Amino acid sequence: MSLDISAVRAIATLARIELGEEELAPLAGELSNILNFVEQLSEVNTDGIEPMSSVADLGLPMRADLVTDGDIAEQILANAPEAAEGFFTVPKVVE
Amino acid sequence: MSELTHLTLAEARDRLVKGETSAVELTRAHIAQVEAKRHLNAFITETPERALAEAEASDARRRQGTAGAMDGLPIGVKDLFCTEGVRTTAASKILDGFVPPYESTVSGNLKKAGAISLGKLNLDEFAMGSSNKTSAFGPAINPWTRRSDPAAKLVPGGSSGGSAAAVAARMVLGATGTDTGGSIRQPAAFCGITGIKPTYGRCSRYGIVAFASSLDQAGPMARTVRDCAIMLGAMAGFDPKDSTSVNLKVPDFEAALTGDIRGLKVGIPREYRPDGLSAEISDVWEKGIAWLKDAGAEPVEINLPHTKYALPTYYIVAPAEASSNLARYDGLRFGQRVPGKSLDEMYAKSRAAGFGPEVRRRILIGTYVLSAGYYDAYYAKAQKVRRLIAEDFRKAFETVDVILTPTAPSPAFGLNENTDDPVTMWLNDVFTIPTSLAGLPGLSLPAGLSSDGLPLGLQLIGRPFDEETVFKVAGVMESAAGFDLSPEGV
Amino acid sequence: MAYLIEGETGAWEIVIGLEVHAQVISNAKLFSGAATTFGAEPNSQVSFVDAGFPGMLPVINEVCVEQAVRTGLGLKAKINLTSVFARKNYFYADLPQGYQISQYDKPIVGEGELILDLADGSTRTVGIERLHLEQDAGKSIHDMHPTKSFIDLNRSGVALMEIVSKPDLRSPEEAGLYLTKLRSILRYLGTCDGNMQEGSMRCDANVSVRPVGSTELRTRCEIKNVNSIRFVQQAIEYEARRHVEVYESGGEIRQETRLFDSGRGETRSMRSKEHAHDYRYFPDPDLLPLVIEQAFVDGIKAGLPELPDEKKARFMAEYGLNAYDAGVLVAEKTSAEFFETVAKGRDPKLACNWVMGDFFAALNASGKTIEEPPVTAANLGAMIDLITDGTLSGRLAKDVFALMVETGKAPAVLVEERGLKQVTDTGAIEAAIDAVLAANPDKVQQVRDGKTTLLGWFVGQVMKATQGKANPALVNELLAKKVQG
Ligand SMILES: [Mg+2]
Ligand SMILES: [Zn+2]
Repeated sequence: MSLDISAVRAIATLARIELGEEELAPLAGELSNILNFVEQLSEVNTDGIEPMSSVADLGLPMRADLVTDGDIAEQILANAPEAAEGFFTVPKVVE
Repeated sequence: MSELTHLTLAEARDRLVKGETSAVELTRAHIAQVEAKRHLNAFITETPERALAEAEASDARRRQGTAGAMDGLPIGVKDLFCTEGVRTTAASKILDGFVPPYESTVSGNLKKAGAISLGKLNLDEFAMGSSNKTSAFGPAINPWTRRSDPAAKLVPGGSSGGSAAAVAARMVLGATGTDTGGSIRQPAAFCGITGIKPTYGRCSRYGIVAFASSLDQAGPMARTVRDCAIMLGAMAGFDPKDSTSVNLKVPDFEAALTGDIRGLKVGIPREYRPDGLSAEISDVWEKGIAWLKDAGAEPVEINLPHTKYALPTYYIVAPAEASSNLARYDGLRFGQRVPGKSLDEMYAKSRAAGFGPEVRRRILIGTYVLSAGYYDAYYAKAQKVRRLIAEDFRKAFETVDVILTPTAPSPAFGLNENTDDPVTMWLNDVFTIPTSLAGLPGLSLPAGLSSDGLPLGLQLIGRPFDEETVFKVAGVMESAAGFDLSPEGV
Repeated sequence: MAYLIEGETGAWEIVIGLEVHAQVISNAKLFSGAATTFGAEPNSQVSFVDAGFPGMLPVINEVCVEQAVRTGLGLKAKINLTSVFARKNYFYADLPQGYQISQYDKPIVGEGELILDLADGSTRTVGIERLHLEQDAGKSIHDMHPTKSFIDLNRSGVALMEIVSKPDLRSPEEAGLYLTKLRSILRYLGTCDGNMQEGSMRCDANVSVRPVGSTELRTRCEIKNVNSIRFVQQAIEYEARRHVEVYESGGEIRQETRLFDSGRGETRSMRSKEHAHDYRYFPDPDLLPLVIEQAFVDGIKAGLPELPDEKKARFMAEYGLNAYDAGVLVAEKTSAEFFETVAKGRDPKLACNWVMGDFFAALNASGKTIEEPPVTAANLGAMIDLITDGTLSGRLAKDVFALMVETGKAPAVLVEERGLKQVTDTGAIEAAIDAVLAANPDKVQQVRDGKTTLLGWFVGQVMKATQGKANPALVNELLAKKVQG
């Protein structure tokens, strides 16, 4: 599997990482190498094998429905690059 | 340099208990060493004042008889653990200026046990790397050098390279590391120290900057097996804030160091002896096998047939999870923002400026393997192979108690070597990644020196939640190896 | 009769599927301990987990799981004992983690059904495709600053149930009935308050059209986040007509997300969602599969309340109500309870008429709620007792009811105070009749000549003479005797 420049551009858009035009070709090469490397997995017969998304062999622990957190707006906003009137702010989003 | 920095963690603890030294004295001695070894760039953030204040409080506790298991012992914390009130960077520009208003469970547990943090240790950016070269704060440097070329700077390994360098250079008695594909074990091997990645679920992941959630696990790095056992005991434990943390009692790991491994079966996997494995690595492995035999254990050849596929599996699973885990670094609520005309432009510019090349590459690969049309071919396939790899281990552990392998295929390499091709760099983790995929405990300990005078490590792999056997066998090997060398100038 | 759009090329049928996001009633959020109450100060109900801070991890709220199972049982749906949380990855200002934790191919609730109560008293079953649990996003506010959007994360992480219908709905009216019924069930179950204004129930409508007789499924458009049932109906109607126009003018419909502009009554394309989404779903590695025990499900099942359909059936069987009346009364649990309190030990038909008639009218006119009604169920019941024992005529009862609304007093008190007791004394009524007959001999003659319709006029005169207090039955009876003489 090899990726061309337009594929790299599309992935970068999806990942929200701005790339300069000059970065596209080298990245296409690197990413294609990686894909070629991982493609050896196709040799492995995995018929009937369940995908393993966690090694932890337990059910999901649940917590009680209690309010134990929040009321820390100041701390939530303390690291914000930009905030106003208790809100985070961003460039205006037009719907 | 003080004699105090040459104590092991266990020795320092025993002296504190006997009143032969104080936390303040120990802390001062280590702070001095941190300053003396600054050229190693092991720390991203030093917190000496905080440390001294904590040391005084520790001495007070000791006088009151309320000292904890690690009270007064100076350590370092990998800068991937969020620390309340202390800048946390993940060695990335994107977290610029981030001061967490909360503490990770593991670093909090160490604090509760009385350990004194001297600061935050360098690492590969977001723990993605095997050399520490991807750090936005410059690489940490291995205190060891080649006999043949003492001037050449070597990597400490990664991603917990700052942790390994700091322990090896006696700046701290122990350090926290995290291991996703070998990030504790490979730097431990490169720097001639001991480190263990415990079973997935043994330590809480709460408050650790996530790289690949299904693999990330915290563990200790220190000079001896006993030191690691003491430190893991303080770090581990069930945490209701981490849904993958396991509700098991933490055993007394130190008590597992009985020295008696008679009758234990030690698996020697054939697949870890690939063509072209260096003779030095083979030799040290053979030595390890011999030590265990001498101690009454029985080496058994085993097969782990899917070993070869661990690396490609890992390089699908880990980037996929990372691409999602790192989506929160968007310049909105914390860290660095690069302004943009639109929200999307702000995201794209902030993330381009904030992430280094390796992190970007992994995010892009991870995004790709999860995207529509490719999920089944890559991600789902890798998750299936992952099960086969875990099954290999499960079957092997039906006949053996522990598995012995080399930790890394080479000793530490030069800062300017292995830079071109990411896949070549990834081969560093070829022996550690299978264990990570299977979630098993893996410990690396120094077993000897290469012909050029660099430490070589061996890895012991155990059954799930059987760190005790791993420690016990490691303790025996450590005595047999008699590795008490320290790097030049330390 | 099926709802069809008459186009130039023939009749078109609408195919509608609805996705409802229902906010789970719980104290704390789905994966964090922050509160869920509506209308708090910005970012005051936010934990570091909800704000997607580094190293923060989700831990699931047991009650949210219970509520999802309860709702699934209320929809007669299959409960999946193992379900999986997945990450839906996309970037947006109010999505702090960069992904929404949702359920993808393994939802907690599978197929179920919902019964529509049609206007003619008949019913129609609509399939439920699935119900899954997911996190809500925060809120972006675009009108507080000329060049910036403001972000409040109070809603971020609040538990939602996404309830997806099969594409079984065929008209805007059915869509409205579906939402009304779903809301009714959720409220009975206590799993969602159904408040569309506050956003605790939001609806996305998937709309397509096809020529009558065709079974194909054509390209659908999704109209997002419509916030009232009326608007959902308007949006569907507009969208379906747009599709028909496009097809009939030779065009094609593009699959897209659209917004309903309630001011213009139109849908329009959402430009911000233009570029193709690729959500890159994968199982959330921070959360293990959610495994629940059959006993957990059974426990919830045992505690389920009587639901609207069952209650309606019982009202028809037990009280002899017709389907329409029963349907109206059970729509809200509180109105059903009100009715049952009124009807207890009384004539159910009479109780039904009074509740559905004067009482509902008074409720609407007063702007009060059935929890704090203009007339209590006890007072209305007592008034019906006064009708039954002959103290009040129907006509007097209407006056008493109006006074009850006005004063809040018990009917017996009002009857006493205002002297509204019905006259059942035959002597007094006969006297009144005699006076009326004596004053109108010509009309008496006309009745005797066969113009019996005039009898009603005589009744009215007698009632007038007795200020409406005469028992109308007695008046009728005595009048008939006397005129026929
Ligand atoms: Mg949806
Ligand atoms: Zn949804």
